[in-house]
Amino acid sequence: MKFAVIVFPGSNCDIDMYHVIKDELGEDVEYVWHQEADLQAFDGILIPGGFSYGDYLRCGAIAQFSTIMTAIQEAAAAGKPILGVCNGFQILTEAGLLPGALLRNQNLKFMCRTVRLKVENNDTMFTTSYEQGEEIHIPIAHGEGNYICDDKTLQSLKDNRQIVFTYASENPNGSIENIAGVVNEAGNVLGMMPHPERAVHELLGGADGLRLFQSIVKHWRESHVSHV
Amino acid sequence: MKKVNIFVTLRESILDPQGSAVKGALHSHGFPEVQDVRIGKYLELMIDDSVEDIDAAVNEMCQKLLTNTVIENYRFEIEEVAAI
Repeated sequence: MKFAVIVFPGSNCDIDMYHVIKDELGEDVEYVWHQEADLQAFDGILIPGGFSYGDYLRCGAIAQFSTIMTAIQEAAAAGKPILGVCNGFQILTEAGLLPGALLRNQNLKFMCRTVRLKVENNDTMFTTSYEQGEEIHIPIAHGEGNYICDDKTLQSLKDNRQIVFTYASENPNGSIENIAGVVNEAGNVLGMMPHPERAVHELLGGADGLRLFQSIVKHWRESHVSHV
Repeated sequence: MKKVNIFVTLRESILDPQGSAVKGALHSHGFPEVQDVRIGKYLELMIDDSVEDIDAAVNEMCQKLLTNTVIENYRFEIEEVAAI
């Protein structure tokens, strides 16, 4: 399986994403600069955390109009797995690929620590390697991770089981219904504030994040088995 | 040449933690009369006179890029200024 790690000016978790795919999973991966226009050669798209365009105007606001975003929209429509973490989540909401928006953390603090997440839906292409309802440990590092959406959107997120991860013990940012990660209606675009790419080896303090990437690869292999 | 002053604020339904923090600070500095504080953004655009419908243009800019209408409201005023 071949992954693209999209790099914006200001991305800073791109190397972590690359490391996971190359060294922990042993799959193909390439950095793709945001001015590129073509993602057809890739089977999965990773939008890393960081501060694209310095977070000027709003987090993710300027990145949504980068050249690569048209190709990301096409990849999303084609059903390819797209994972946006932290700033990547913010970009996906700004681009309209995911509902809702991210506000400043309720306590106005940047927070960087490991939190407990609950797997609310293990029936997505990103979460089949987890147990339903399982609690996992994943680091957060953000100042604007307070997820919000209107009541109608929240109801449809619940009805379609689009809430994938919630904060299990403490809600670090004030997000509505403790939401930490959501998928789109089709289930192939996941945005989450916590950083699974920072929890892929016991040396990093835990490997709970690795299974998310393993789930993507497993799903891809299963759905492409007839072509091999 | 026109100068457009755009004011962006969080929607009323959304808690503004910066505003709440500043309200608390004002109270502790002896201004208990302050009932509420909302903090927003202020943008100045200089736009040349080639645009026919400047209201429509600024609305489009606000809705496409300058604000996120999921969480923010905006209003703007237009002044005539001398060319730069």
